[in-house]
Amino acid sequence: MSILIDRTTPILVQGISGKIGQFHAKEMIEYGTNVVGGVTPGKGGQSIEGVPVFNTVKDAVASTGATASITFVPPPAAADSIMEAADAGIKFCVSVTDGIPAQDMMRVKRYMRRYRKDDRMRLTGPNCAGTISPGQSLLGIMPGHIYTPGPVGIVSRSGTLGYEAASQMKELGIGVSTSVGIGGDPINGSSFKDILELFEADPETDTVVLIGEIGGPQEAEAAEFIRDHMTKPVIAYIAGLSAPKGRTMGHAGAIITAFGEGASEKLEILRDVGATIAPDPSRIGATVADVCANAA
Amino acid sequence: MNIHEYQAKAVLRDYGVPVASGAVAFSPEEAVKTAKEIGGAVWVVKAQIHAGGRGKGGGVTVVKSIDDVRAEAKRMLGMTLVTHQTGPAGKQVNRIFVEEGCGIERELYLSALVDRATSRVAFICSTEGGMDIEEVAAKTPEKILTLTIDPASGYSGFHGRKVAYALGLKGAQVKQCVALIGNLYKVVTEKDASLLEINPLVVTGDGDLLCLDAKMNFDSNALYRHPDIVDMRDLDEEDPAEVEASKFDLNYIKLDGSIGCMVNGAGLAMSTMDIIKLYGSSPANFLDVGGGASKEQVMNAFKIILSDDNVKGILVNIFGGIMRCDIIAEGIVAAAKEMDIGVPLVVRLEGTNVDLGKKILNDSGLAIVSADNLDDAAQKIVAQVKAAA
Repeated sequence: MSILIDRTTPILVQGISGKIGQFHAKEMIEYGTNVVGGVTPGKGGQSIEGVPVFNTVKDAVASTGATASITFVPPPAAADSIMEAADAGIKFCVSVTDGIPAQDMMRVKRYMRRYRKDDRMRLTGPNCAGTISPGQSLLGIMPGHIYTPGPVGIVSRSGTLGYEAASQMKELGIGVSTSVGIGGDPINGSSFKDILELFEADPETDTVVLIGEIGGPQEAEAAEFIRDHMTKPVIAYIAGLSAPKGRTMGHAGAIITAFGEGASEKLEILRDVGATIAPDPSRIGATVADVCANAA
Repeated sequence: MNIHEYQAKAVLRDYGVPVASGAVAFSPEEAVKTAKEIGGAVWVVKAQIHAGGRGKGGGVTVVKSIDDVRAEAKRMLGMTLVTHQTGPAGKQVNRIFVEEGCGIERELYLSALVDRATSRVAFICSTEGGMDIEEVAAKTPEKILTLTIDPASGYSGFHGRKVAYALGLKGAQVKQCVALIGNLYKVVTEKDASLLEINPLVVTGDGDLLCLDAKMNFDSNALYRHPDIVDMRDLDEEDPAEVEASKFDLNYIKLDGSIGCMVNGAGLAMSTMDIIKLYGSSPANFLDVGGGASKEQVMNAFKIILSDDNVKGILVNIFGGIMRCDIIAEGIVAAAKEMDIGVPLVVRLEGTNVDLGKKILNDSGLAIVSADNLDDAAQKIVAQVKAAA
């Protein structure tokens, strides 16, 4: 099993007629993802990459029964596309877009809360690489071939660091149940804690890798969850030990503004709750291997 | 994006927020003219740089004659102001702000920011004005009130009254505070500010609220809808190499080490800096070429990295996803042909089209050290730079 998506999950691509949307729709289909349709306003009735295109997400859901979507929509319209997905009954939405204003994301999050918890859409991103359940389904922009199926869950703010971890693990023969990118923006749909909760409940995930970075309160919140609720071992890596205070390091959310937001403070908090710390970015895979060997 | 105090106060004034009258000056003559226009008997001359702590560094002076306005303007313009936020090199003062002086009864603290924990705009206030708020939070957390505003229902009077009573305001000040917080919420949401700090907010000798200082930062992602804010950008306050990089959509931050880095993805770029440090050297920069860089962007990235004289070696670390390794390789080869790289270059390629990328580098005949993984790459560049020194 896996979390969030598996080989049967019916998936929509919002913004499928754009250059980027079409490219990644093709990659996802080639990976074996169950892409059932696309959405571009004004292009309804066409067919792209062999799947039908609809004018609205609502039409697409009614016709295909899609439950998940990925949006390739430029920043000014991205918030709108996410809210449209929530309104249409999509259960899991991935927003890849980098550059959505924080005020727009505050509105999106408030809008999603108007639905009862059971009906509420789960969002990951924006500014994330997406989610992959190796060998089953790819709902994102990551290179599928660097992941091999297995029992380790990955949750990461950074896209390329998530790739780095997966490929180091593959090199050592360790596979992944699901890898989830939660994105580099300050206001995002799902936190580390939200995803840890799913991995803790997933019978086929037995170890979790958490890849954080400087800025924001999410790693500390995750540490509380690990201390109080996690029974599975967690390996943590935090990027940005050498980052200066007060500068935005590429990701809009990667900025140290307060005490506790630096990499060393985050590492200390995570170590205190029993997470195993990967000492540097080239040893994430090796640290997972050590933890798995000790558990066996 | 940051703006100057005088610019922030102009934005605030447009929203009906109480600020003293004043104007920017680029010369002592302009400063004198402004002081005469304002009238009165007391003025404040303030250096305009994008850093806090100006008072302690000699960048804020209260004066009581027009001659002193001129003398202070002369002294400040062109001076290098060093504060705890500028770093030891300091910043040159090119503009000053001349403002009407006022009596001060109490100094308070007020700020609004995008709160990541609640996904809302949060206000922070404290009776300890003029102090470093982080220090207040650490030592006397009970003196700080934080409240958030639900974006769906927006601002309501009770939010303002909470702040007013927490700050110990009385009589007409309470009403002023309710209006103030409402107007500040409007500025933050309508102008996409990521931070608005009024430190201090004062009660004047006449018993009125007044914003004595103002600092504003804006969400870079939202600048596309605020051309008026973009016009306020002061390029003199930014590093020239960073300005140059932003023209090519490259995310570059200059640091003070000797190893230049070119990486795709912000997280991997930070990690690359970290591992260089782990092996005993230090990064000269942060540079994220992004997900879909072109050959031209790669070339420009090299130019910008090499514009820093401290750079003694370059590490390229690419994990191709959307970014294809062959494009990076072509960019490296083109850059090496066009300019003299002149320092050791270590390249680590992984991911999409990695074999093609490696072949392009091998066939080029350039003196490039290739690395198999991140660890190998970091060790090699540090060793190469040491050997060359």
